[in-house]
Amino acid sequence: MNGAGRHALGVLGRATFLALVLGFFALPLLWLATAPFDGHPGIAMSVPDFTLRNFRALLGNPYALTSLRNSLIQAGGSAALVVTLAALAAYALSRVRVPGRDALLYVLLLLSSVVTGTAAMVPLFELATRLNLIDTHLGVVLTMSGGLLPAAIFIMKDFMDGTPTSYEESARVFGASPLQILRHVVIPLVRPGLATIAVWAVANVWGGFLQPFILLRDPDKAPGAVILYTLYTEGGAPRLDLISTFSLLYSLPVVVMYVFVSRRYGFRFHGGIKR
Amino acid sequence: MSTDAAGLGRGRAVGFVLPALVLIGVFLVFPALWTIYLGLTDYRLTGLEAAEPRVVGLDNYTAALGDERFRGSLWLTAQYVLGSAVIGQAGLGFSIAWVLRDRRGPVKRVTEGLVLLAWILPSSVVAFLWIALLDRDEGTLNALLHTPGLAWLLDHPMPSIIVFNVWRGTAFSMMLYGAALANVPPSHLETARLAGASTFQQLRDVVVPRIKGHVLTNLLLISLWTFNDFSAFQITAGGPEGRSEILPIYIYNVALSGGRLGFGAAISFLVLIINLVVAFVYLRLLRTRREDARREVAAP
Repeated sequence: MNGAGRHALGVLGRATFLALVLGFFALPLLWLATAPFDGHPGIAMSVPDFTLRNFRALLGNPYALTSLRNSLIQAGGSAALVVTLAALAAYALSRVRVPGRDALLYVLLLLSSVVTGTAAMVPLFELATRLNLIDTHLGVVLTMSGGLLPAAIFIMKDFMDGTPTSYEESARVFGASPLQILRHVVIPLVRPGLATIAVWAVANVWGGFLQPFILLRDPDKAPGAVILYTLYTEGGAPRLDLISTFSLLYSLPVVVMYVFVSRRYGFRFHGGIKR
Repeated sequence: MSTDAAGLGRGRAVGFVLPALVLIGVFLVFPALWTIYLGLTDYRLTGLEAAEPRVVGLDNYTAALGDERFRGSLWLTAQYVLGSAVIGQAGLGFSIAWVLRDRRGPVKRVTEGLVLLAWILPSSVVAFLWIALLDRDEGTLNALLHTPGLAWLLDHPMPSIIVFNVWRGTAFSMMLYGAALANVPPSHLETARLAGASTFQQLRDVVVPRIKGHVLTNLLLISLWTFNDFSAFQITAGGPEGRSEILPIYIYNVALSGGRLGFGAAISFLVLIINLVVAFVYLRLLRTRREDARREVAAP
């Protein structure tokens, strides 16, 4: 085959491939974009008979809004805990040669990927039962934070290592205490790192299903992830108006946060850390 | 960096690290260790064994090996990891990155945006989106393919969750290979092309040698994640009749749903060991790569 023919075939092949990829990834998502606004939402994707009535149905459901509040409590609580503890630990590990530091960091990195919710669900359930943490927000916050912390410390230490120490030294010359230096000098410098960790933690807990599914029996405490699952698995025909609007409302914060972070700080890899 | 610029001192430094370590110790390390002990007992959620669990040694492990359901689950897990991660996500992710490598503009942005969206949406939401897509009576897929009444999740549960997981997780591979391909000098590809190399030859001789490290990293990480992924539970819950019961779902069904906590812990321990092996290989790789990079910097 001559060069021009091969080139044309290549262009055609690439275009077909991209069209297929677009179709494959868009197809499941279309329903989420149309059904919430459809007067008679079905499972099938269709051009909506536009309405906002479905959102009113959502307000009438006793668990829908409560569950979003619960998601907020659990995600916010975990993020606050993870950011605080990770920042303190990462700062100390970055600035002071604590004995066994390198080994500690290595083990932390290992732990973050080895001990997953799947591998530890039995002992976590047992632990929560014995500590009376079943059916509490605190139980979810502590388990989730424990899982997120190793990776968070690792990412934070990267940020801390990247900031110059000269500001801290001059602040010290002027007589600031270590805690003051941390609060007024270091934290403003590593704010992008703190924001990254906070968003990453919130997104993880907000979308997390396994841990709250195991640790919470009371639907009044269940977060959005669990309530959505029960909306389509439990009892009779699924209420599609409710499911579609709730899915949209529940997904929105994650998407907004993602757009915010990638606009503001760019999308960076941190050793392949995902969830 | 280890100059103590803020005058923290060793004592205070330890105080800063300790709270995080305590939390990690109680909610991550301790559960992992406890799994070992629980796996050696006949502990149950209810009944006599709940009050007084007995140590039964390796009985759980021998029982598991003799259990057809467990062996079936292992086999399904191998299919799931190989099919959806190693072949599906890595293959599709690389292909998309390759085709988009020197494109700019809306096509690239929209494609990447959609692939990323599938990755960042909460698992409960995407699970329902796929249930709706594959629905027997009104599903969009049946309407598109003109196959009314085909119950994908009942007749083909494994292929369904494999394709689902390809859709769900391709974004990571796409981004990783996108970054890796940016490091392949365009002039090398151009030279190969002018010398008459086909796309396959370009990939084999120019691209692959340069991104070998990335490929290994990618395969290890996505295998680890897929192996531990619980999202498929929200689509099939392992059914029908355990035909999509991959290991994470198997553990849940046996231990927390079925109440056999000791037996479930034993299986969890096997998962931990497999995770540990994969993570060790990954970190070993990361370290040698970092040393290579250091040597390259030091060489000239």
